[in-house]
Amino acid sequence: MLSRGVIDVSAKPRIATASLCGCFGCHTSLLDIDERILQLVDLVEFDCSPLTDIKTVGDCDLGLIEGGVANTENLEVLRAFRRHCRTLVAVGACAVNGGIPAMRNAFALRECLEESYVRGVGVYHPGIPRDPEIPLLLDRVHPIHEVVKVDYFLPGCPPSAETLWTFLTAWLSGEPIAFSYHQIHYD
Amino acid sequence: MSTTLRLDGREIPFTPGQTIMDAALAVGVYIPHLCHNPDYAPHGSCRVCMVGVNGRLVSACTTAALDGMTVESNTETIAATRRSIVQLLFVEGNHVCPACERSGSCQLQAVAYYVGMLSPHFPQCFPQRPVDASHPDFMIDFNRCILCELCVRASRDHDHKRVFAVSGRGLASHLVIDSPSGLLGDSQFAASDRAAQVCPTGAILPKHRGYEQPIGQRLYDQAPISVVGDLRAQPGGD
Repeated sequence: MLSRGVIDVSAKPRIATASLCGCFGCHTSLLDIDERILQLVDLVEFDCSPLTDIKTVGDCDLGLIEGGVANTENLEVLRAFRRHCRTLVAVGACAVNGGIPAMRNAFALRECLEESYVRGVGVYHPGIPRDPEIPLLLDRVHPIHEVVKVDYFLPGCPPSAETLWTFLTAWLSGEPIAFSYHQIHYD
Repeated sequence: MSTTLRLDGREIPFTPGQTIMDAALAVGVYIPHLCHNPDYAPHGSCRVCMVGVNGRLVSACTTAALDGMTVESNTETIAATRRSIVQLLFVEGNHVCPACERSGSCQLQAVAYYVGMLSPHFPQCFPQRPVDASHPDFMIDFNRCILCELCVRASRDHDHKRVFAVSGRGLASHLVIDSPSGLLGDSQFAASDRAAQVCPTGAILPKHRGYEQPIGQRLYDQAPISVVGDLRAQPGGD
């Protein structure tokens, strides 16, 4: 067992992924690498990720974060990833600039909650949920680089499978990361 | 006697009275820009067309070309400066590309691709700005306005209406509309105006159609703006 912060160079690089305030579209895009996922699992070990169902993040070489920071749980997960991942990457529009969820920043949080849980169409038992199990919403949605240091950004809604594959293969080989024109888009 | 300047080591002819931007465009050399449109007087407000002249950064669209002038455009330092300028434009507004009908045909987005912007870098301002949907044919989303004043210039100099102006100072600067209510629907603005056609972002958009071109077939899907050119220069561009 290695102590924290010491990387076993003989081991496969470890990757963790998380979806904060996103739609899992970026994770779905990662699965769009299709059969290359078999190559990927030969080359890397997946740690905490919705793909492995491992719930807590261990020491990793690479952390991929989808989604922005919208609630207290997002904050906790993001900070844990920053502590444990040598390289942290913002994947997709929401992680990069807040994306669609950040459109709620134009409104006060109370307005948003009342629109959904009090005045919303089809609401039968109006009332803003306040169960302690539910993470508290932040007053604004933030891109992840406003909370922790981010090492690299992959824009896109979502970034295409080719973009993610280009990034992962370049990162694994230690080559400079370079994309073709088609691989970088914001939508 | 012919006059020439040297742009990134290349000798470029120009006619006295032309700007560096005019000279570059005339020989097909792309200098990224947003507020510049050759049909209107240069404005110099977006700052994206910064070039190096005599060790200083100047805007190519407002600087007169001079005989023997040496101009740097395609350098790492200038690229980084332009990237920062575009990042500032992005964080000052609410540019949500996945939710914008102009995405894929947007000059602001295309310029951001050209300058290699991967993230906004700076903290987002998330300003609270309204959407004006009062006009039957066009809408204005002030969240996407970069204050380039192209609509101001087109309405004033081509349409002779002066529908638009910029009011306020600094961060409070904003586009205003000349009508009793301040709404577009109560102004002299018409869908046939040139001012309706010049916006380099998704701020001024036609109504009753949306997402007509599928992803992959939009203006900047296949080739960069340095190859394709400005949105408004396109035949049949809206």
